[in-house]
Amino acid sequence: MNSHRFDYSAKFVPSRRQFLKVSAGAGLALGLNLGVAGSSAQQGNSDSLLEYNAFVSISPDNIVRVMIRNTEMGQGPYTGLATCIAEELDADWNQIVCEHAPANTEKYGNAALGSQGTGGSSSVPGGYIEMREAGAAAKAMLVAAAAEQWNVPETEIEVNNGVLAHGNRTSSFGELAVAAARQSVPSRDSLQLKSAGEFKFIGNEELSRKDIGKNDGTAIFTQDIKLPGMLTAVVVHPPRFGGKVQSFDASDALAIDGVQHVFDIEDGIAVVANDYWTALKAKGTLHVEWDDSEAEHRSTENILQQYHEIVQTPGAVAESVGDADSLLAASDDVHELEFEFPFLSHAQMEPLNCVAMVDGDRAELTYGCQTQTRDQEVVAELLGTDVSKVSIKTVFAGGGFGRRANPFSDYVLETVRIAQRLQGTPIKLVWSREDDMEAGYWRPAYVHKLAATLNSDNNPEALQVRVAGQSIMEGTALAERAIVNGIDHSSMEGLVGMTYAIPNRQVELHTTKVGIPVQWFRSVGNTRTAFSKEVFIDHLAESAGEDPLNYRLKLFAGNAKETEVLNFIAEKSDWRNFTASAGKGRGLAIHSSFGSTVAQVVDVTVDGDNFTVDRVIAAVHVGTAVNPDIVKAQAEGSIVLGLSSALSDQVTLTDGLVDQNNFHTYQVLRMNRMPEIEVHIVPSEAMPTGIGEPATPVIAPAVANVIAAATGKRLTSLPLRLA
Amino acid sequence: MVYELKVNGETFEVDVDGDMPLLWVVRDHLDFTGSKFGCGLAQCGACTMQVDGLATRTCVLPVSSAVGREITTIEGLQSEAGKAVQAAWETAQVPQCGYCQSGQIMSATALLEQNSNPSDREIETAMSGNICRCGTYPRIKEGIKLAAQAINAMEVA
Ligand code: FES
Ligand code: FES
Repeated sequence: MNSHRFDYSAKFVPSRRQFLKVSAGAGLALGLNLGVAGSSAQQGNSDSLLEYNAFVSISPDNIVRVMIRNTEMGQGPYTGLATCIAEELDADWNQIVCEHAPANTEKYGNAALGSQGTGGSSSVPGGYIEMREAGAAAKAMLVAAAAEQWNVPETEIEVNNGVLAHGNRTSSFGELAVAAARQSVPSRDSLQLKSAGEFKFIGNEELSRKDIGKNDGTAIFTQDIKLPGMLTAVVVHPPRFGGKVQSFDASDALAIDGVQHVFDIEDGIAVVANDYWTALKAKGTLHVEWDDSEAEHRSTENILQQYHEIVQTPGAVAESVGDADSLLAASDDVHELEFEFPFLSHAQMEPLNCVAMVDGDRAELTYGCQTQTRDQEVVAELLGTDVSKVSIKTVFAGGGFGRRANPFSDYVLETVRIAQRLQGTPIKLVWSREDDMEAGYWRPAYVHKLAATLNSDNNPEALQVRVAGQSIMEGTALAERAIVNGIDHSSMEGLVGMTYAIPNRQVELHTTKVGIPVQWFRSVGNTRTAFSKEVFIDHLAESAGEDPLNYRLKLFAGNAKETEVLNFIAEKSDWRNFTASAGKGRGLAIHSSFGSTVAQVVDVTVDGDNFTVDRVIAAVHVGTAVNPDIVKAQAEGSIVLGLSSALSDQVTLTDGLVDQNNFHTYQVLRMNRMPEIEVHIVPSEAMPTGIGEPATPVIAPAVANVIAAATGKRLTSLPLRLA
Repeated sequence: MVYELKVNGETFEVDVDGDMPLLWVVRDHLDFTGSKFGCGLAQCGACTMQVDGLATRTCVLPVSSAVGREITTIEGLQSEAGKAVQAAWETAQVPQCGYCQSGQIMSATALLEQNSNPSDREIETAMSGNICRCGTYPRIKEGIKLAAQAINAMEVA
């Protein structure tokens, strides 16, 4: 495993004060820059502020160009951030064009992450105010320019739909772009952002998407990049994690027409050819001897068995409130469930790939980059150069679900190592689906054990939680911040600080050592913790003989948001009037993550050992829904991904060899097993919270809870199997 | 070996091995990159093109077997059904990451060209070879229904 450690937090310190400045070099364009670096500079135009953050520019051809600092993977930052800018700019939606910002931490760092990158469902929440300010400042400069030209007070100028007007006089943004660029930049304090009642774009369900070209094949993904002289590389990875190349014979491969190079890279062999198919054919002819002496040889079955044993013993205490241990020890009526979670492959539709060209101390990369700051630094470190010499152009990513934000930049470094050998030649690394699935960086497998006692009102009195599994933070650049006193918070997020009122709680962690590369998966630790929490609470409600929704409401006493969401979904699903019929049942789950709360009510039909998920009703509380249709689409998509892992997704190893390597064995959800999905947004004017992830982990426990209600079988392992 | 291919109504000559799948000929040699690679095993549908009007997984179709057949990629989609599907995809805001969508649109078009009024079950059967990990299935279904309505309205008119 890689051991690169970078503390990029030190290099990017978001300032509380933000600065506006005109970009002088842009010629005719009005560039609006919101600086986020330079905490010692003065408010306003300061020449010491040489690093800018340009989000908006308006050119004389009346195009408003918006630079998007987050990676567009289908989760909507193009449309979302453009919406914020258009709102305060009062632009015409059709004049707005979006593009990905280049890698430049000082200009495009995201304060929510402390770096330039995309994650934590933070793109729109993190840019909500900043982008609106960018739009408002640009508008103020356009208004100032018009006032000067028309010799009228600024307050008398109206802006609507990309047009400035005073009496009969009108002007487009483009016509005023040059004059506006000469205006002084308004201070941040002088900007008046709209109130919710004035919104035209924010909350508008009808806005078209800005990530265009996806309906006619013109959208460009990494896979579609073709550069002059470019060669395609494929890589042979060791069959077992931790394996090394002992020797290889490339003579057959090199004899194939179109094969250019075969060489050893760290942990594998690269085959470089004129095109993908030729490279793939050559890969099949390689004879490789592997040194597996240090490789992981265990089967997942053994690993999980070991986890089940570990959770019987006390772990490192992550949270302790009251005295759960003594209460559990003293009780003769302990409710207890053990949960098991498999390894998961993200299986985003576009297998990992990257284009890189290295020329001396410079590197140029083009790909669906998700972590610009980290990738830039890791590449610079490998090449012994400065980050300023590593340029990254981000293109649309064909899904990610966490995988592209690899904490070690694994596939990026692999590409750059190959490109480094072949100086001056653009290299496109293409992983096959098999590479993508077998090379790891999976959602780690875990076992959880939850035990509780109930008081005389049937409320949980004491809860003990033990989780065992690998840390996704260990060894990464984030470890220093993410692991405190040996506790990786992401391992138990959602179980620590639980919002159900339980007076005595103890959460313990066993961080295991396994030679399998793991990383975050859409909604991170919540993929597991929401399941065990919600299935367990349901089990307690059942033991208490209480309605699962009412039981939760009771335990949420004093928790306004979750109570509101539960009441909301009770109404939307007509929960209280539902009557189960033979083989048909209904259940629910609720979970909060990334600042948002999601509840789902699910209808399931059970037929012998089979079950079908018929319908999902979801309620999402995301504060202000900037783009309601994207919020719904993200909830739908998250439900599909979560349902896929509830029903079938899992990666297993037998003697260290991966059992699933493509979609015939890793059977993701297809249309024939789709339920109807209905998403309702809880009305709110609060600050927006994330929606890229929070709906993912709620579906699996909801389905398991219906099955328990319908069959009496409490399923506690994913994927869910009745037989 | 040199093969003559008819793609999107035009004839192209390519000098490649006969076992190279049509997908890679079209992407790497003819530079039509709208059709995507997702699995290489006829499992995901990202590479779907129409070959003689049938939705075909081109990642497993050797170029030698594609000679003399009418090949249509997303770039050459001209049929009434194809246009209706693209318009419906816009209305229903179907795509998320978009990577699977060329394949989805090609499969949906082939379905509607054969059956302009498919039932839910027929839609599910026709579309289950196309994976969407972003989970746009509900909108794909909605899009197909919208397109079917549009096609039927046109035919009545
Ligand atoms: S790439 Fe052809 S079906 Fe997946
Ligand atoms: S839209 Fe991303 S895989 Fe379908």
